[in-house]
Amino acid sequence: MHTLLMAVDRLSTFVGRLFAWSIVLLTLLISWEVFSRYVLNHPHAWALDAQIQLYGVLFMMAGAYTLAHQAHVRGDVLYGGFSQRVQASIDLVLYLAFFIPSVFALTWAGWTYANESLVIRESTFSADPLPLYPFKFVIPIAGFLLLAQGMVEILRCVLCLREGHWPGRLKDVEEIDIAVLKARVGKDDVSGEAQS
Amino acid sequence: MRLRIEQKFGFGLMALILISIALFTPWATLNNGHIGIIMLSLIVVAMMMGFPSAFTLTGMGVAFSWVAYHSVAPELAVQQTLDLAVQRTYGVMTSDVLIAVPLFLFMGYLVERANLIKKLFHAIHIATARVPGSLAVATLITCAIFATATGIVGAVVTLMGLLALPAMMRAGYDTRLSAGVIAAGGTLGILIPPSIMLIVYSATAGESVVRMYAGALFPGLLLAGLYVLYVILMAKLKPHWAPPLNAEDRRVPIPQYLNPIMARHGKLALPALLRALFTGRGEMSRLNLFKYLLTATLPLLVFVIILGLAWNTLTRPKETYDTSGLVEMGFESTTRMPLDVDTASGLQEPPMVEEFEADGLQEPPMESLQEPTLMEPLQAPTELGVQEPPGAAPLGEPPAPAVADASGEQEAVERLPVSNAFWITTAVSVVALTALYLMLNFTRLEVFRMLLTSFFPLAVMILGVLGTIVFGLATPTEAAAIGALGGFILAAFYLAMERPEAERRRWWPSWIVLWTIFLSSIVWFILYQAKFTTQPVPKALGTASMLAMMVWLVLATWQVRLIPILKEAVFLTAKTSAMVCWLFVGSSIYSAAFSLLGGQGMVEAWVLSLDMTTLQFLILSQLIIFFLGWPLEWTEIIVIFMPIFVPLLAHFNVDPLFFGLLVALNLQTSFLSPPMAPSAFYLKGVAPPNVSLAQIFLGSMPFLGLVIVSMIMLYIWPQIGLWLPTVLYK
Repeated sequence: MHTLLMAVDRLSTFVGRLFAWSIVLLTLLISWEVFSRYVLNHPHAWALDAQIQLYGVLFMMAGAYTLAHQAHVRGDVLYGGFSQRVQASIDLVLYLAFFIPSVFALTWAGWTYANESLVIRESTFSADPLPLYPFKFVIPIAGFLLLAQGMVEILRCVLCLREGHWPGRLKDVEEIDIAVLKARVGKDDVSGEAQS
Repeated sequence: MRLRIEQKFGFGLMALILISIALFTPWATLNNGHIGIIMLSLIVVAMMMGFPSAFTLTGMGVAFSWVAYHSVAPELAVQQTLDLAVQRTYGVMTSDVLIAVPLFLFMGYLVERANLIKKLFHAIHIATARVPGSLAVATLITCAIFATATGIVGAVVTLMGLLALPAMMRAGYDTRLSAGVIAAGGTLGILIPPSIMLIVYSATAGESVVRMYAGALFPGLLLAGLYVLYVILMAKLKPHWAPPLNAEDRRVPIPQYLNPIMARHGKLALPALLRALFTGRGEMSRLNLFKYLLTATLPLLVFVIILGLAWNTLTRPKETYDTSGLVEMGFESTTRMPLDVDTASGLQEPPMVEEFEADGLQEPPMESLQEPTLMEPLQAPTELGVQEPPGAAPLGEPPAPAVADASGEQEAVERLPVSNAFWITTAVSVVALTALYLMLNFTRLEVFRMLLTSFFPLAVMILGVLGTIVFGLATPTEAAAIGALGGFILAAFYLAMERPEAERRRWWPSWIVLWTIFLSSIVWFILYQAKFTTQPVPKALGTASMLAMMVWLVLATWQVRLIPILKEAVFLTAKTSAMVCWLFVGSSIYSAAFSLLGGQGMVEAWVLSLDMTTLQFLILSQLIIFFLGWPLEWTEIIVIFMPIFVPLLAHFNVDPLFFGLLVALNLQTSFLSPPMAPSAFYLKGVAPPNVSLAQIFLGSMPFLGLVIVSMIMLYIWPQIGLWLPTVLYK
């Protein structure tokens, strides 16, 4: 059971992190396009479409990754004070009521939507068209990953209800990691400054 | 189970909503509009259950849109619901507004991890040492600028809680004041542009990001200014809250090798350094002397460049499209020209400025290798700009043959006369600059140097990003991408500073070469834009520049070991963007369902039936947002409730931009107001154990009050927010 949880976590994390690098591509692509357009007076018609696609892929593919590391914003005012069993039962009910039906609907609809696009080999409307159907296939793929991660989260709720505490998760970089921040502030790089 | 106060509050609110649904719904004559209102009330209850909001919204949105479709055409309902869900998702995926969100996040995470907050705080602290309550003021300024650059409230509050809180406690500051300053200061990051919140508001309200940024600038600065004023006032009224620093803490560390120079050549920095250059620099190395000289002359250089560019723009001939037919006129004017003394003297200026410009812009990577050209004009700093330095005349010659060569091209032959205002501004600036140099002793120079390596890079980056957006030079997306690249460069340079000296020495040559290649085309481009040259940047040079930048990026990443930081920034960007954008997916399906059900119509009819004045409506809506800020976070409030409020604005003749500014100010309170005050909790997480949560809350209260004061000020004088957008985009 535990290995299954971790395997899906790892898959979501891997995919999310892989596509996370598109932010670097996005930054470079836009900077390059800005330089090319303003300084060299040589714009590219496809650049805007490519930007949009990179951005869309970035956040869609990170959906499951974010869920796996509990980084989706949630109302914490009551939840934080509940015992872990209560948390798990609320989550279990709401995963079944809200998450699974809607994400399943999204995945299903996304699959049809992308296939319709594939049939006509849809491409962007510009002077240098880019194919659009791979981008549309991102919806069902991201939906499927989310669904898998959601199932795992449901399993976690069940485990928690049985054992009384939340099963473990993979470690990941945190926005606020107090130990790391402490180390950074503690480093004495100011006193040596004036002597340089 | 004993209920904590926030739980009591939460359960109370939930019960209230559920009871009102049960009581006020006309169950017998239930129509779609009523279902819409129920849906709206239920979302607040559902959100407080603690399930990830993005999926709460998606779930309810899909369910209720099915209900809506089912009531019209039961057999099509499923298909229509599926179509709606996927189209709304695709809409978020192709949003050209939200695309700036990950880019700004990326910039923020890179800057945050560049590890410059300590230097920044130290420099600002030294610079403000004489202000009453200086540590608190320095904390506020550091918070404001760092939060603006990064936009990550939690990280700023945590970092400042580790850095400034112990410093203030050691200096004997009042605990509540210290805590409040950090909690409130860190929160400014979501208000002062370029901030993510303004993008998110623009995306939901259909307002332009550019106008929002221009509008939010002054209200943001106003609030920051109010905070600083409050602290200074408190330090004056209650000195025991913020005792002045002792002499030791205020002392500016001055390098040893400057002492002999000060002893021999006096305390005034610029003359002393110049004299040191010619009559012995003691134990100061030549490199250090040039570094200091460059630092000392930087204000002058910047002044001359700005003045030159402004003069060039003001006096540029109106006919820029020279055709052969115009040549004769051009010749005429050449003959007339000598009569006009003003223009004649003006003519000689551009090449001189060009000299300066080339120097100034190529300077940073070269450090101070170009001393000879720099030195000459510096000997008479005060005369510059009013009188022509003698050196300018010969420099004026070279372009002449070039003009003659290019047959028919009479580029820049007749300059337009400059208005008096220009000369008055120049004179005032020259006086100010003279005063500056008369006050610039070595202590102040040292403070300036510290600010130069911490405050100015951030300030330039923020102003660069904001300026290009607000003045319409680039789209927010482009500026955000350049900002992210800037964040990367900043991180590379700051990390390089932390590497051992010997290692850095090995890198500099390659870095200087690559940056020179890159900057050469930028300088050329600026000269071309300023019409100093008619030749656009050659393709070969442009390509070489791009390649040089690429090579440098790869090289620097590897040299300063940037990969771990880059990885963290990339992963955090992905997670936070997914959080924001999936919330948008959810809310966009949800709000579609809400309007399908006719809930929007119900709300509008109800609000109009209340027959409120504009002021009453504004107060009511801001109060609702204020109370929603207790249990919910700003992202949720904006994506769910703005689609409901914004359509109402037209009835009350309220500009969505103005409303957005009020909301932006108001949402500051959602970080500070108990029971859910993220800022306070972040601070509590790192504060010493003797600082209680209650003290932090109490300390934040005056700042909460100042937020309300700023909202009232914005209401009374809407020009604070609306002036800049109106001036810029008529």
